[in-house]
Amino acid sequence: MGPNPKMRKEFFDSTRSSPFPDEVLERVLSLLKSHKDRSAVSLVCKDWYNAESWSRAHVFIGNCYSVSPEIVARRFPRVKSVTLKGKPRFSDFNLVPENWGADVHPWLVVFAAKYPFLEELRLKRMAVSDESLEFLAINFPNFKVLSLLSCDGFSTDGLAAIATHCKNLTQLDIHENGIDDKSGSWLSCFPENFTSLEVLNFANLNTDVNFDALERLVSRCKSLKVLKASKSISLEHLQRLLVCAPQLIELGTGSLMPELTACQYAQLENAFNQLKNLSTLSGLWEASAPYLPVLYPACTNLTFLNLSYAFLQSHELESLLCQCPHLRRLWVLDTVGDKGLEAVGSNCPLLEELRVFPADPFDEEVIHGVTEAGFLAVSYGCRRLHYVLYFCRQMTNAAVATIVQNCPDFTHFRLCIMNPGQPDYVTNEPMDEAFGAVVRTCTKLQRLSVSGLLTDLTFEYIGQYAKNLETLSVAFAGSSDRGMQCMLEGCPKLRKLEIRDCPFGNAALLSGLEKYESMRSLWMSACNVTMNGCRLLAREMPRLNVEVMKDDGSDDSQADKVYVYRSVVGPRRDAPPCVLTLSGL
Amino acid sequence: MQRSLAYERHLNLEATELRLGLPGSDEAPEKTSATPSVRSNKRASPEISEESRSKGSSSLSSDVENCEGETAPPAKEQIVGWPPIRSYRKNCLQPRKNDRVDGAGMYVKVSVDGAPYLRKIDLKVYKSYPELLEALEDMFKLTIGEYSEKEGYNGSDFAPTYEDKDGDWMLVGDVPWDMFISTCKRLRIMRGSSEARGFGC
Repeated sequence: MGPNPKMRKEFFDSTRSSPFPDEVLERVLSLLKSHKDRSAVSLVCKDWYNAESWSRAHVFIGNCYSVSPEIVARRFPRVKSVTLKGKPRFSDFNLVPENWGADVHPWLVVFAAKYPFLEELRLKRMAVSDESLEFLAINFPNFKVLSLLSCDGFSTDGLAAIATHCKNLTQLDIHENGIDDKSGSWLSCFPENFTSLEVLNFANLNTDVNFDALERLVSRCKSLKVLKASKSISLEHLQRLLVCAPQLIELGTGSLMPELTACQYAQLENAFNQLKNLSTLSGLWEASAPYLPVLYPACTNLTFLNLSYAFLQSHELESLLCQCPHLRRLWVLDTVGDKGLEAVGSNCPLLEELRVFPADPFDEEVIHGVTEAGFLAVSYGCRRLHYVLYFCRQMTNAAVATIVQNCPDFTHFRLCIMNPGQPDYVTNEPMDEAFGAVVRTCTKLQRLSVSGLLTDLTFEYIGQYAKNLETLSVAFAGSSDRGMQCMLEGCPKLRKLEIRDCPFGNAALLSGLEKYESMRSLWMSACNVTMNGCRLLAREMPRLNVEVMKDDGSDDSQADKVYVYRSVVGPRRDAPPCVLTLSGL
Repeated sequence: MQRSLAYERHLNLEATELRLGLPGSDEAPEKTSATPSVRSNKRASPEISEESRSKGSSSLSSDVENCEGETAPPAKEQIVGWPPIRSYRKNCLQPRKNDRVDGAGMYVKVSVDGAPYLRKIDLKVYKSYPELLEALEDMFKLTIGEYSEKEGYNGSDFAPTYEDKDGDWMLVGDVPWDMFISTCKRLRIMRGSSEARGFGC
């Protein structure tokens, strides 16, 4: 290797702040994957900023309106992979009008010009049209990975375009979107010579696909690792697919509706027996007792079991859990009851994440579900638990205090007591002490969702103790402005704050003036904030976008829904009529 | 109080009540507070749900239960976007409401050729075919006969059939009991030698 003239020159160039030539610096920085690390690196000096920009291959944009695609492309010229998030999270619960925005198309147009070799696109809560999907499919010849989560605006026609044109596709992950599910013919659009697929998740869709086409596709894609089928795939179909793909690492079954002969059942059992490498199992719609045992042989190495669409009873869950000694993540429906959760505590010592969803969230006469007893039982048995999402109808302060004593490593604690403003059902006191215990004990807490009857005291605790908290969700809680002030004054790492139906007004909103620029966004709906308060905020903080959505028939002065976020590109120009953008400029 | 209300509704006493008069007349409409399909918010469709019609997040749409002859406690008012469950998950879980709710029975309609009205039975109460057939014979005062795999039901004019989840009419007894109760949507006891024998061919 001869001497590098560039290297010699730069070695003697005393104006350089860094002793490394660009190539070395870029090489070193390209090993950095975390975008937080990269952000830090880019602030060291101009050379490092440039080197980092040139070496960044993946860009993560948490709020699509915080920046423009042109600015992104100007700073990062060699991006291969983009993650883009759009609507506020409360759009998942129908609090945001459908035409709100977050259209991906303008991004694609810029990317087609600046990143023609783009390989990966991951979108969450974006508006995606069929036209956009077709544009994507045609303009990016190297395109490999498409992931759509909680998006809407497209139909199966758009998927057909992707299947038809993306010759190098390795991942197609369609997850929990609002799709117009017209027909299953999109799957037949993959050409017969297409073999590169590694991930296929079409669990979102219900229309029948051409099974023969699917079987051929699975057979010829030898690198397929993840297959998540839709409810339309029967057990008989599943058996045939498993025979083609014993190498699967993640499987989402179709419907488990029992309808097999004894011979077919044996064949299916055999097929599951061949799945030696399975670490994730999901789907399991219409799962019932007679057919659960067929899954057992595949459970030995399972680390993630998603039963959140299976209406299981406690004993059915227990039998299944006995087969999964290495389970780390478990999602279930509350039909398993406290008894089922006791089984979790007894059988899953390695459990790190538990999510319990309500089977009948709106039925008030439902007596079952889970209570504090189930959560307690899990905490005694699963000491490594650090992520919980728990929907229940009753809870006590004492139980939560014990739970976090057992499991002090919580990073994500999301407790939803489904009746708004419900106190501790034993003492009738507010649930303040419960969340006080959580923030005091769990020093690593990053995400918190609170519920139940809560006074400002809860927020005093949060402000005082939750030093690592980044995401906070509050509903039907608090007594006065002071509550919100405590949150804003106290949590140094707060990035996302979403509040609904709380008695926080302008004083509270305005107490966070400086704070909002260090956060991604603030959402406040059905609180006591007025238009004047919002206008004042917008005037004082020109680098924040302050958007208000009004409800039909509400007072002129009320700001029913407020969304505040930092942005380097000013107010957006694509807001629909129902969104008022208040600009300070 | 609420518990007994739920139980009585599940017993469905009105459906099995004997009355003079043609079936279908004098039907007491029983509005329940069970989740109506209108609440499944499909994001893609413009269907106006109870929730999205009232755009305000805190406006409450009340949904009062209306039980015949009883003063019903008011049902819980629906709040937009609460509990915080994604629309996708709500839509996936909705259709299951009638199937495997803890404590509720698995009621299916039973019709008998020639009888003026239908009955309803709870399949969960029975553990096997012989139990079920005995109950049917008892309820309708008829004899069903012996089941054989090759010949269907021999020894009487009646053959019990059921409609499965695919909409096909099947002979009762061919599949394992567990599979039967998860796929059976309704029962029909057919009558008439030729038709009944037809199953046995």
